[in-house]
Amino acid sequence: MSHKFDSYTIDEIIDEFGAQPSSVIAILQGVQEKHRYLPKEYFPHIAKRLGVSEASLYSVATFYENFSLEPKGKYVLKVCDGTACHVRKSIPILDRLRSELNLSEEKCTTDDLSFTLETVSCLGACGLAPVLTVNDKVYPAMTPDKASELLKQLKEGLVDA
Amino acid sequence: MLKSREDLKNRRSLYAKALESQTAKILVCAGTGCVAGGSLEIFDTLKAMIETRDIPCSIELEEEDNGDSVGLKKSGCHGFCEIGPLVRIEPQGWLYVKVKQEDCEEIIDQTILKGEHIERLAYRKNGDICKKQDEIPFYKKQTRHVLQHCGQIDATSINEYLALGGYSGLEKALFDMTGDEIIDEISESGLRGRGGGGFPVGRKWGQVKKQTEPQKYVVCNGDEGDPGAFMDRSIMEGDPHSVLEGMMIAGLSCGADQGYLYVRAEYPLAVSRLQTAIEQATELGLLGEQILGTDFSFYLHINQGAGAFVCGEGSALTASIEGKRGMPRVKPPRTVENGLFNKPTVLNNVETFANIPLIIRNGNDWYRSIGSERSPGTKAFALTGNIVNTGLIEVPMGTTLREVIFDIGGGMRDGGTFKGVQIGGPSGGCLTEKDLDLPLGFDSLKEAGAMIGSGGLVVMDDKTCMVEVARFFMNFTQNESCGKCVPCREGTKRMLGILERIVSGLGEEGDIELLLELADTVSATSLCGLGKTAALPVISTIENFRSEYEAHIREKRCPAGACSKLKRIEIDPELCRGCSKCTKVCPVTAISGKIKEPFVIDQEKCIKCGACIPTCPFQAISEV
Repeated sequence: MSHKFDSYTIDEIIDEFGAQPSSVIAILQGVQEKHRYLPKEYFPHIAKRLGVSEASLYSVATFYENFSLEPKGKYVLKVCDGTACHVRKSIPILDRLRSELNLSEEKCTTDDLSFTLETVSCLGACGLAPVLTVNDKVYPAMTPDKASELLKQLKEGLVDA
Repeated sequence: MLKSREDLKNRRSLYAKALESQTAKILVCAGTGCVAGGSLEIFDTLKAMIETRDIPCSIELEEEDNGDSVGLKKSGCHGFCEIGPLVRIEPQGWLYVKVKQEDCEEIIDQTILKGEHIERLAYRKNGDICKKQDEIPFYKKQTRHVLQHCGQIDATSINEYLALGGYSGLEKALFDMTGDEIIDEISESGLRGRGGGGFPVGRKWGQVKKQTEPQKYVVCNGDEGDPGAFMDRSIMEGDPHSVLEGMMIAGLSCGADQGYLYVRAEYPLAVSRLQTAIEQATELGLLGEQILGTDFSFYLHINQGAGAFVCGEGSALTASIEGKRGMPRVKPPRTVENGLFNKPTVLNNVETFANIPLIIRNGNDWYRSIGSERSPGTKAFALTGNIVNTGLIEVPMGTTLREVIFDIGGGMRDGGTFKGVQIGGPSGGCLTEKDLDLPLGFDSLKEAGAMIGSGGLVVMDDKTCMVEVARFFMNFTQNESCGKCVPCREGTKRMLGILERIVSGLGEEGDIELLLELADTVSATSLCGLGKTAALPVISTIENFRSEYEAHIREKRCPAGACSKLKRIEIDPELCRGCSKCTKVCPVTAISGKIKEPFVIDQEKCIKCGACIPTCPFQAISEV
């Protein structure tokens, strides 16, 4: 999917954090928040304005787990697989969601770009384990069945996340 | 805008009075856990009801509160997330648990208007009703100092923090102490860094102060990445001003005027609470230029992490703030000489900074009177896993694991028996029955082959396979290895490969020895803490549970019955009536058959999730 280059919004984001090399991460986070991923088309412009090389932008974008160079789905589901969730059986939840969405470890986003399924190492909500999040909203004490139900509701647009 | 010490004192007493004069207070827990349970909706419902009933109410603490209003507040995390959403009623100190929106009306009518306790919302333990927080066994053995405000005050109000003596540590440090005196006080308190290493805090600050470079920094490590740990999250969410105050005192002591808070991106609520706190402190003149009319200026910035565990390591963290890949570098030079932007830097974690105002306010004698001799003070732990009470706790150092797990944690859940506890996350070790009477402390745990780490305690029962636990942690560390050092990058991958083989029933004779050999190399030759400690879970599980490894390798059997590849799920053709119920829940459509004839499971397809077992009305499906 190619993105229409929109230097105006990008400049707004850059100006918010300051056009200096130390703002790279904050700026990339701003871009990702807007587009749900990092469109490569923006890199030359950002690099030029910050006075860094495009390569160094890539090096940061590929190092951190939260950055994605691929478009993500409308709903990003993150199944927590931190220790506490893991020992309270988070993997069956992940397996169920993967099979219902036809996704795998390698393929995380559905073709229609409606769902992205990922794991996360710990959300700090261990008291409610196992948890999953949909676009950062936490759903506590999940089971495979509850996850299926949630997915159904998301598909039908019954819950907003 | 507060311009002097007098201003600060006046404001504090003004709000202390206002807080005292509120007839009743309703504190709705707004920590991550309770928010997930719907506490914000409860807050809104309560607010709407109070308004429609024309009850005088203040959402924010105002100085002109004249004694007849009800305070409705969002508090920080109480720590006992499992029984949330929690609502606390003051002045009675009642704690209502598992509150739902439907309960709001009763809370207003019964408790607020008539002052009556609602029994059905109270916590129950073996038939006993615990009205107050302190009566609940989970809280009884705790000593809450760092977490004292969490759940007790409005986490978004600087005025409440002030009313309870907030910023009096800064005040004392600013007007009554020199930089050296602050450092001496901290040194004498014996406070050791709460992030894992346990380095003496006062010594660290002194080393930064010594540097001649005029620009210095204070950095707070809020990149709490250990899975199963959320102490720092709760402090940042529930008492953000205590962290700010600690950082300011650090800046004051060693001559830094810039502070950075590095918070992991998975904690959006903590980020927003800290942001609010910084704005409030700046507006009051407690942050910024010439604080309270003195020469001391201090500015704070928040940096959000982007999902890299290794950024919890000091030099990786500072690299990340600088906008680079978060990779550790060779030391020396150490962070105290050459940290953020190559300048001398005080780097401590959230809990450490939150201890500082208390020590300055109450003195080092008070602090030393808590905890053990070599590890004074309290420590917050995140208690999770197969245990009855999960949550956030704070206990004096020197408390035994047995007290933590069985008295506070309430023992094992679902009738399991205690098998082990992983302490210190993926860098820590596994402790067993024989270590239960070990007093918690930096040195005692090190001697036992574990570490306190940041304070994650994951309790495991007899149904947990220790080889699988080691594989889980190795998978985590391998994923999070930054790739700089070959032994860590390749060694963890090889170790993970071996562990994966063992749990799938493909282990070979000699695997254990190979794991230990690799562990030795990775530990000895990696640069940073991540690599140096990556092998600890493997070493400690082999030491304590070698027979489990051997059963997997030699008998292709998982003694805990947890490793899915080593088990088979089968349908007993004698019992199966062919109702097809099981086929509907199978996520991989591995079950097939003709109605009214025995069904069969395709073992190739079966992922051994066990979902079919409880659905069978004839108990025909079982693990064999």
